[in-house]
Amino acid sequence: MEVYLDNNATSPISEKVAEAIKDSFAYYANPSSVHSLGIRVRNFMDDARNKVALALGVSKEEIIFTSGGTESDNLAILGSLKKTSKKHIVTSLVEHHAVLNLFKQLEKEGYEVTYLPVDKDGIVDLDSLSDCLRPDTALVSIMYANNETGAIQPIEKAVQIVKNMSEKIIFHTDAVQAFGKLPLSLRSIPIDMASVSAHKINGPKGVGALYVRKGLKIMPLFRGGHHEYGMRPGTENIMGIAGFGAASDEAVENLSSSIEKYTFLKKRLWEGIYKTIPRVLLNGGLDKTLPNTLNVSFTNIEGESIIIMLDLEGIAVSSGSACTSGSLESSHVLSAMGVPAAAAQGSIRFSFGRYNTEEEVDYVLEKLPPIVSRLRAMSPLEK
Amino acid sequence: MQYSEKVMDHFRNPRNVGEIENPDGIGYVGNAACGDIMELYIKVEENIITDAKFKTFGCGAAIATSSIMTELVKGKTIEEAEKISNKAIIEALDGLPTIKRHCSVLAEEAMKKAIEDYRSKNV
Repeated sequence: MEVYLDNNATSPISEKVAEAIKDSFAYYANPSSVHSLGIRVRNFMDDARNKVALALGVSKEEIIFTSGGTESDNLAILGSLKKTSKKHIVTSLVEHHAVLNLFKQLEKEGYEVTYLPVDKDGIVDLDSLSDCLRPDTALVSIMYANNETGAIQPIEKAVQIVKNMSEKIIFHTDAVQAFGKLPLSLRSIPIDMASVSAHKINGPKGVGALYVRKGLKIMPLFRGGHHEYGMRPGTENIMGIAGFGAASDEAVENLSSSIEKYTFLKKRLWEGIYKTIPRVLLNGGLDKTLPNTLNVSFTNIEGESIIIMLDLEGIAVSSGSACTSGSLESSHVLSAMGVPAAAAQGSIRFSFGRYNTEEEVDYVLEKLPPIVSRLRAMSPLEK
Repeated sequence: MQYSEKVMDHFRNPRNVGEIENPDGIGYVGNAACGDIMELYIKVEENIITDAKFKTFGCGAAIATSSIMTELVKGKTIEEAEKISNKAIIEALDGLPTIKRHCSVLAEEAMKKAIEDYRSKNV
């Protein structure tokens, strides 16, 4: 049995998306061309742009296509900072590396950075946000939902706090994980920019978008032509954009049923784990997290060992352990939440997607307990 | 990153897991923060390691290096066992991914500590 529970890492391409990509092959001309073949491609592309915009609750003139979430984050942050001389910027300790490592770089370059702490469930502390804002604060970037724990941030309240301080402070959110898993209506909150990515919602890799509120001008990262309202030069990735449009369409169509299904599967998995495996910790709680994300620590054993053992049974998951992060430190997210190092090392993230079933959850619940027992029998921490 | 078949074999079927009652030497290295802890036990008779067991908290490579170490030292003299380097462990496992080499160092250190412990009790 093959059970893919790593949908926060990436997700399989849906049939409709594959079809849309295939259809795009016929639209070969350059969308910037004046001739009718070019116009045809431009219209095809704008149709996809409209679908992405609808999914975010904004208008299509506010959508800039990029190469993915990382580029969108970089474009939003660097592109707006280049328009101001203010030097104080704010983010949280639990951001994705696409944001966090950019802030660390900006800190080296002379920006003053405030990293907002989180509580034990991984929720950003809003008092710290109110307290840190200053006349020279240029930008605040807080993720909509966390990729590791699924923790949903109080974005609306955070935006209110920032905009009450000053309308001029730019508010950006990395909404990559929230997209397709939570109802989003970005127009209804005075948010300035939001990053999203296609491959997390059953779309293709290598394409994403940045929502830029109407009227806001940012500097492009690259120099080139006037594509994407002058904010992202380069001939557009029509194939990827077509797939992204179809994926956004499906995400909207399936949103309520997806949320219902994920909530059911997540509850079933957690209750099964809790009943059959002693000494497990739920990282991030059940309710304040994305319906598709379950992060559990199995005490006294290490995440990579669990991943490999599950992999041998055909189950794909991920971990916040040091060994799986490619560094010697375990998850910065769990550490910011105060999860002890040993528990963070034994953390496993299960993330559901459109094609997961109840039978798959039951299969995991059958395979997981003996794996944990086996690894615990080998652990010197089990006394 | 991919493990060799040998690493996978030692991970799936680790040799000599457990503790030795009244061991002649114990080596304990690592910490939970860095993600690996190894505990090696040895039984020594007339300067020869007659039994070795381990308990490890760690990744696939940590478990495999501990497992093969217990195999490598059995039947060896203390002096021979002491000379087993992390390179020898890597070779015995048909290689380790670069980012996992520290696991082989940990196994070498654990054995050296077990021998040190044995010597401190047998002066």
